[in-house]
Amino acid sequence: MNTYKKILGYALTLPLLFVVGSCGQGGGNGGALGSGNAERVYVAPGEHDEFYGFISGGFSGQLAVYGLPSGRLFKVIPVFSVDAEKAYGFSEETKPMLETSFGTIPWDDSHHPDLSQTNGEIDGRWCFINANNTPRIARISLSTFETEEIIELPNSAGNHSSSFVTENTEYIVAGTRFSVPIPQRDMPIDEYKGNFKGAISFIEVDQETGRFDLSFQVIMPGFDYDLAHPGRGASHGWMFFTTYNTEEANTLMEVNASQNDKDFIAAINWKKAEELIANGDFETMATEYAHNVYDESTQMATSTIKKEVRTLDASKYPGLVYLLPTPKSPHGCDVDPSGEYIIGSGKLSASLTAHSFTKMIDAIENEKFDGDAYGIPILNYDDIVAGVVQQAGLGPLHTEFDGRGNAYTTFFISSEVVKWKLETWEVLDRAPTYYSVGHLMIPGGNSRKPWGKYLVALNKITKDRYLPTGPELAQSAQLYDISGDKMQLLSDFPTVGEPHYAAGAPADLIKPNQVKLYKLEENNHPHAVKNEKDTRVERNGREVHIYMTTIRSHFAPDNIEGIKVGDKVYFHVTNLEQDYDVPHGISMIGANTSELLIMPGQTETFVWEPKKEGVWPFYCTDFCSALHQEMQGYVRVSARNSNVPLKWSLDGE
Amino acid sequence: MKDLTKISNTIILLALSIFLLSCGGGDGKSAADRIKEQAQMEPADPYENWESNNGIGPIKELALPAEIDQNMVTSGQEVYENKCTACHKAEKKFIGPSPKGIFERRTAAWVMNMILNPEEMVQKDPMAKKLLIEYNGSPMANQNLTEDEARAVVEYFRTL
Repeated sequence: MNTYKKILGYALTLPLLFVVGSCGQGGGNGGALGSGNAERVYVAPGEHDEFYGFISGGFSGQLAVYGLPSGRLFKVIPVFSVDAEKAYGFSEETKPMLETSFGTIPWDDSHHPDLSQTNGEIDGRWCFINANNTPRIARISLSTFETEEIIELPNSAGNHSSSFVTENTEYIVAGTRFSVPIPQRDMPIDEYKGNFKGAISFIEVDQETGRFDLSFQVIMPGFDYDLAHPGRGASHGWMFFTTYNTEEANTLMEVNASQNDKDFIAAINWKKAEELIANGDFETMATEYAHNVYDESTQMATSTIKKEVRTLDASKYPGLVYLLPTPKSPHGCDVDPSGEYIIGSGKLSASLTAHSFTKMIDAIENEKFDGDAYGIPILNYDDIVAGVVQQAGLGPLHTEFDGRGNAYTTFFISSEVVKWKLETWEVLDRAPTYYSVGHLMIPGGNSRKPWGKYLVALNKITKDRYLPTGPELAQSAQLYDISGDKMQLLSDFPTVGEPHYAAGAPADLIKPNQVKLYKLEENNHPHAVKNEKDTRVERNGREVHIYMTTIRSHFAPDNIEGIKVGDKVYFHVTNLEQDYDVPHGISMIGANTSELLIMPGQTETFVWEPKKEGVWPFYCTDFCSALHQEMQGYVRVSARNSNVPLKWSLDGE
Repeated sequence: MKDLTKISNTIILLALSIFLLSCGGGDGKSAADRIKEQAQMEPADPYENWESNNGIGPIKELALPAEIDQNMVTSGQEVYENKCTACHKAEKKFIGPSPKGIFERRTAAWVMNMILNPEEMVQKDPMAKKLLIEYNGSPMANQNLTEDEARAVVEYFRTL
């Protein structure tokens, strides 16, 4: 009865919060200029931002790079969706990146970027991100800002509790949201309970190359695995996952998966898992998943189908997994910088639960269990809880940290960020968001070393914040200054797709490692031509290969004859420039693929299948010099039965 | 009448831009004086003084030894063919000038600076500025050669 009253109380205060919120939009009485907020986000022309922000594109499937505090958009890195502008998924080199065991998937839903770490601190090497829909994890190089690798995850479905990086980037950990039959099979849906399982994948990362290897999967009970974070410091070696639907319902989930007062945070001891693997205590399961790698040397991606995966059944191996009761349908699962506190945000509760890692270990060592679920020990809530942030707001979702002993939690239903203190569990401050905030991000805020200057709120709903653009509105992020006692809203900025989650790092960690161009000497693309002398056109049956070069501002060759209707023409184009920021583009009239955008020293390929006789032009699409408009050429296309010989030239040679 | 308006507008714009330019000075000279001075500094034909112009860049002076170093020629030719021939051809004026007989028109140091520091050269060096205009604004690409590679290219040019 009490609970109902509380909920009713919140429901009544909710409209009030919105009203109060909408009055304070500028963040101060004098508006942004009067308060000095404008200066605090202003980055003068030619100056650089202090931080990089990597903000996921949600349903766009991409990853966008912003500067903070300015909120300026620098690049949209294509990851899980095709991008015709950059030829990603269209060029012959990048097509394999989107291969899966289901075939080519041109789109996905990217949720949680995370940055590589060394000793629990962000190190600026790679960014990882998950594909939610067709389960995959990608690795993006932070020296080229290109997607270098994508691995598919078998047995997983709705790859949501992903991608999270362990303290030394030993593993990228990725948990399934949906439990499914493992291995997949044709069976009645209502036999879910006890038969469906959840797979948690551990992808090993090569420290030199970053290359992935799906090392093993822990097969868990048929719950939904929602979010995760790794242990750090003392809790390094453990991985924590929130669960919901511990009811194991398979229909009308919004009611049937919300019955239990408490669900679990699953604590997986991955050091123990490594021992089991090393001892050969695992089962090898036949399966199928794609592993796609972009090779910097050949500048080509390859896709390989792998056929088996090592699995560890959590029910069979004592000591591998423990369940920590946590109210109620916990969503965010966040570990403080010290690694001692594991914060569960019960999204259907009003309070936050902080479990103590020390108490958890103590309970395990003393075998203080309260039953089990499918053989996995359940700990006593009272034995492990360190503190509760009481009645902090409505709909708690996610928490990050500032490194000064404070935590910041988003509340979706009450649209606010609440600042509270670790260990005293008292609320210190609250700031409205516009509107319905999901994740939040403090650069390094999910590592051992946060840079606690700015906080970015990543909102689900925009409503009236920007000029309206029809029914579909810009997605919104908001920047807060958290360097003082009180959070201050500095600015709003629109994002590409839903800004689901984000990661941030000081610019100084990433800027010095930038690749400025690809050295021609190191270009081992099988179709590269490194000087104009070697440019040529070769016919092999109906296949024609054009080996072309670009430099300011011409193509070699730029006159090509002897192409026939029905040919499949490959343009292999090498950019001979060896200077910073001199890409060239190429587009061909009627090409059903895309343009290319070729960086200095790089080779890329697109296919053109001419359908009509005639003389057809191509041109450079990336403004390259004062003579860019002259950078053009012609291809003569003749009838299938014509005798026009194959020839090519530049300036008659 | 229309033309006159145009001309007077141009004059006003010109005066304005001179005024704006003069704001950046600070040496006490009037803008007109400075333009005059610059005109004197840059001869009508900047190529006349080629023998005393080593250009702007890392190479201050380069005296070529009498003997041609054949090893350097071989490596220079390779670099030239891979990095330069998209725009320069020995037997004809192409995107850029032919390097044939180049040392009868340019000092070796100037050539190296043009290879190593083209952005600054086409902005500041009188000969490079003029060449940029003669070649339709086609920029000399910086192909990021090392000093040794540029020196080898110079040696190869001696054999053309």
